[in-house]
Amino acid sequence: MNIYDILGPVMVGPSSSHTAGAVRIGRITQKLLAGIPAHAEITLHGSFAATGVGHGTDKALLAGLLGMEPDDIRIPDSEELAEKKGMKYHFHTKNIRGAHPNTALLQVKGQDGKELKIQASSLGGGRIMVNYIDDIRVDFTGEQPTLIVHNHDEPGHVAEVSKVLFQSGINIATMALNRSSRGGRAVLVTETDTDIPHSVVEHLRTCTGILKVTCINLGEDF
Amino acid sequence: MAFQSMEEIMQQCKNKQISFAEAIIQDDCQDRNVTSEETRARMYQIWDAMLLASATYEKNLHSKSGLVGGDGGKMEKYCMEQESLCGSFMGSVITQALQMGESNACMKRIVAAPTAGSCGVLPAVLIPYFKSSGCSIDLILDALFVSAGIGQVIAERAFISGAAGGCQAEVGSASAMAAGAMAAVKGGSPDQISHAAAIALKNMLGLVCDPVAGLVEVPCVKRNVAGAVNAMASADMALAGIKSAIPADQVIDAMREVGEKMDVSLRETGRGGLANTPIGQKEAKHIRSLEVH
Repeated sequence: MNIYDILGPVMVGPSSSHTAGAVRIGRITQKLLAGIPAHAEITLHGSFAATGVGHGTDKALLAGLLGMEPDDIRIPDSEELAEKKGMKYHFHTKNIRGAHPNTALLQVKGQDGKELKIQASSLGGGRIMVNYIDDIRVDFTGEQPTLIVHNHDEPGHVAEVSKVLFQSGINIATMALNRSSRGGRAVLVTETDTDIPHSVVEHLRTCTGILKVTCINLGEDF
Repeated sequence: MAFQSMEEIMQQCKNKQISFAEAIIQDDCQDRNVTSEETRARMYQIWDAMLLASATYEKNLHSKSGLVGGDGGKMEKYCMEQESLCGSFMGSVITQALQMGESNACMKRIVAAPTAGSCGVLPAVLIPYFKSSGCSIDLILDALFVSAGIGQVIAERAFISGAAGGCQAEVGSASAMAAGAMAAVKGGSPDQISHAAAIALKNMLGLVCDPVAGLVEVPCVKRNVAGAVNAMASADMALAGIKSAIPADQVIDAMREVGEKMDVSLRETGRGGLANTPIGQKEAKHIRSLEVH
């Protein structure tokens, strides 16, 4: 822990796990969708479901989906802001088997009709982990630049991703591959030391067998 | 790499003939590969955020549950209208702690120090001192580095979350950090800073985390006052030359042991202690009726 983990984060209260972490879950979903959703179905699990309203978890998740960061003073007004931006949403509570006590499941639809399903948990101190994307296990924090590639489960895609990153001089920190089933859909999550250039994303999008490419760069705004 | 003990920090101060704050600054520069100007600039942002949070307190605001709000305004009015028992400076400390704790509960912007639930303790001692003494911002920044260094050692050796170690880990840690910070602003030696932190933490050992309905409201807001007042008294004792019989590192280790022995119902689950009283249960039931269905 560095000293700014002790003094900080600067955040809207009342809870780093239930509020600041929830904003980050919404924000990372918005980044992965690359825009404010037109529609969001949000399911709260565990402690998020039990004490969510009192902690403003609902407002925090909406604020994140609207692109806010945990220190944004508009977080308490996110319901009105969502209405202004035309973002429709519903909240549900459900017990999600095996999930961390502070977990949210977000099913969002972009303005362009693109759909995305994210399950993420708030680990404490405002830190989060994205556990599933579109029902495939991913487990990344978004604290480092992250490249997420969805592809058909067939040979060559990992090689392609590592090749294009190497050609751009990007060092890979971690890499994890998971799939829905043999020959089904796979998700490759690559964390890197430096930001991922758009050219990498653009190139991968043209490759056959690659279904979807998203990336999270630090401090980058969508 | 964070310091593993207060002893290590004091040794560093002695070897290099530097202040407690400087030891923390040098360590951070190495850890995050930044210059001392960069880390001072970042710490200034933290201080600025604390001042802004203090300046934007709203005395008419209440939390969503309705359990807290308005007490900071009451305390401020009381201190203005009459001489409080604690005196005018401590009156400001109490007022500031209440206001910051309430702002947090009411979804206003605060600085977690070390947590959101204990965000009122450090500003409650530093802001009134800054305003009344007219001291330099640099002195305050040094005090913030001191407090962060103490917090880091506590996080390394024990914990700083209520879920892990009870309220002693949150308000207790904040109180130790604030005591060290105040000893530093008054020119205390590294040794005195360490004793101030040790005394403050000792006084908070065993404090359980028993929030009504699991919310950061009751008793959290008023416990920030306890942490701040305790920090002031502990710093004064250390500055008077009073020593903690148990050194800071051993107090922190004891805090860990106590936290580990604490029943889970008393660690932020909202099931034991004050949360489990008849009124606590009644409030929890009412709040549950507001939850999403």
